[in-house]
Amino acid sequence: MTAPSWLAFALAAALACFPVVATADAVAGAPVADDTPVPAPPTPTRTTTADHSKFEQLQGPFRSGPEVTEACLGCHTEAASQVHGSVHWNWRYEHPTTGQTLGKRHALNNLCLGIVGSYERCASCHVGYGWQDEHFDFSAQNKVDCLVCHDRTGTYEKFPTGAGHPAYEDTMFRGRMFEAVDLAQVAQNVGQTSRATCGSCHFHSGGGDAVKHGDLDSSLLAPSRVVDVHMSPEGLDFNCSTCHEFSGHDQAGSRYLVTAVPQHGIAVPGRESDRPACQSCHGDTPHARGIHDKLNQHAELMACQTCHVPEIARGGLATKTLWDWSTAGRRNEAGVPVVERDDEGQIIYDGMKGDFEWRENYPPIYRWFDGTMRYTEVGEPIDPSRPVDINRPEGEPRRNGARSTGARIWPFKVLEGHQPYDEAHQHIVVPRLFGRDETAYWRGYDWNRAIEAGMAEARRVGQTDAEFSGRHGFVETRMYWPVTHMVAPAEMALSCEACHTVGGRLEGLAGVYIPGRDRHPLIEGLGWLAVFFTLLGVLGHGLMRAVMAMHRRRPQPAASAGDET
Amino acid sequence: MSRVLIFTRFERFWHWTQAVLVFGLLFTGFALHGTHAWIAYDTALRAHIVLAWSVIGLWAFAIFWHVTTGEWRQYVPTSRGLPVVALYYAYGIFSGETKPFVSTPAAKHNPLQRMAYFGFKAVLAPALWMSGLLLLFYAAWRPTALGAALPLAWVAYVHVAAAFGLMVFLIGHIYMAATTGHPWYAYLKSMITGYNEAAVAPPGAERDSYTPQVERRPEP
Repeated sequence: MTAPSWLAFALAAALACFPVVATADAVAGAPVADDTPVPAPPTPTRTTTADHSKFEQLQGPFRSGPEVTEACLGCHTEAASQVHGSVHWNWRYEHPTTGQTLGKRHALNNLCLGIVGSYERCASCHVGYGWQDEHFDFSAQNKVDCLVCHDRTGTYEKFPTGAGHPAYEDTMFRGRMFEAVDLAQVAQNVGQTSRATCGSCHFHSGGGDAVKHGDLDSSLLAPSRVVDVHMSPEGLDFNCSTCHEFSGHDQAGSRYLVTAVPQHGIAVPGRESDRPACQSCHGDTPHARGIHDKLNQHAELMACQTCHVPEIARGGLATKTLWDWSTAGRRNEAGVPVVERDDEGQIIYDGMKGDFEWRENYPPIYRWFDGTMRYTEVGEPIDPSRPVDINRPEGEPRRNGARSTGARIWPFKVLEGHQPYDEAHQHIVVPRLFGRDETAYWRGYDWNRAIEAGMAEARRVGQTDAEFSGRHGFVETRMYWPVTHMVAPAEMALSCEACHTVGGRLEGLAGVYIPGRDRHPLIEGLGWLAVFFTLLGVLGHGLMRAVMAMHRRRPQPAASAGDET
Repeated sequence: MSRVLIFTRFERFWHWTQAVLVFGLLFTGFALHGTHAWIAYDTALRAHIVLAWSVIGLWAFAIFWHVTTGEWRQYVPTSRGLPVVALYYAYGIFSGETKPFVSTPAAKHNPLQRMAYFGFKAVLAPALWMSGLLLLFYAAWRPTALGAALPLAWVAYVHVAAAFGLMVFLIGHIYMAATTGHPWYAYLKSMITGYNEAAVAPPGAERDSYTPQVERRPEP
């Protein structure tokens, strides 16, 4: 046998073994088939037994929202008291874990900072009528706004500064006409909530479309399947309430106490469930086991959203990533606040609000989260030399060896801000932004007066005991918004190497060893050094042999036997 | 020149299958380690697992074979003759000296090989498969007492360190076994054909060669 022929045989044998790898991939890589037929959503005519346009009580005419509410309550006798028990009405939330009193009436934020004193403006997203000062009657039944949630005409809209009322006559607001609403027409066409009714507040929270959340904006009115696989009319056509189930006007789902680590599996009627958690429908092991089941095992440590909501603001609308109040106040000669836009028409400066930055389709940041959001409260001491977390997701990874629940890795949108604080007392303050006198910032453009008025109101309503020293500064702040909507189709989920790599999405997140990201510096260094020197050694050894052999092959008096090289 | 069967059909099958599996494991393993990204991570993971189970299965066969045939004795380290062989690779090989060892069916490996292969079988391979199985089944033992006592990172460190050791072994092994025979490819050839044509030492070899006595070995 000559050398070339057996070398060829060896090569062929080696190659013949390689399909082992390819076959392994083919067997294990089979994705879960997703071709189950999607049932068409039920049309309202088939699910409701009442045609509200035939009701005598709803023929009108109505002069105001509360008149419509009184008509509603004539049949739906318990509706108002149910609403009175909800966070949508009270804007107050007692956190069972932290003991903090939150809700919009108490919690700080770094968007419009807080509602104190600005009720007339803020109440445009309250499910009520007439919240214009601290004397609003939270027990008044006819002050509940039924229509903002149950309108099916798309014509009902609260006026921005109407204390929760719609425009009853044609009114302009910052260059936009709000047409007088036909209350009888709306009342006769009420029905279940829709993406549009929930979205009228939640898509526009923070002062405009897409501003606050990064996963809730008007693109969800009719999203493509790629933007939201559940809510898309091309997909399951879910409403918000499909997951955020309501019972007695009380909804499932809270951003103060998030169901971050669901424990109850699939939601079965009559049993406790974690809806709106993903697991409520998908169960705890939604992935095909394959040969390793690692994807299902990841669910113990990671929220579904971490992989399945791969980017923030995927619907084509940018979300606000920075709100810098410290630059607010620029007005032109006529006293009108200056507004500047970038090339795409996005507002990047508003004299009323300061500088903005926007971003779309970008990766979230990731934190351990057990569902508890801890807030920095008004009057709470802060360290202004570093960014202050207005809210902070809490939780540590579960300890190994214990079957206890722990936190999971969750995606968050971070909103950075610069907002007023008390330089002398070193705590965050809430200014009064909106109002009809010069103490409101948007009238007087005087921070100290606005903060004085805001803090006085905050003390009056029991939000804080803190006083304002009269000296304000601006402190860098951050807010964490859990990313959970805009779930992408399975094929668009993050790939493994998004995190299992150096410099990936989970870079810097402590508490877990991630193959591909983590390595022991000593093992890595010594390992490659050993490989390098071994290689160097054999190359040197081989080279020396070759040189010596050539040397010997030169005509010599006596070549030794056995020297065939 | 007579032909002597050194490596049986099973040994050759075992050796070359293991070679392919080990290269596959190193390639996919360093993809999982983040050293290269030449294949998708999930593909690397699935392939790594299939290759790992294959090599574990192969080892089970090989261990059975070695125990039943008594061939395990070929890998018992010995110090006898080790200095001579070591000296040869450090010095004599350059000046064209004759190798002080001739493979026979009774003694297939020189003392240096015995030491290296024993190290691979007794240290590297167990470290790799034990830490590898722990990594594969992490979800099962994480909630147990073992999970509380043993951080996942340590298991991974052992696995990676052993993989570096494996690479060092492979480089040395490939160089020594594939290029230092007479002629240079003689060992490689005998691992493919099974036969060692130089089993009868070349003239003059007997004088220097050292053939260790093999402990009790059943006649084939």
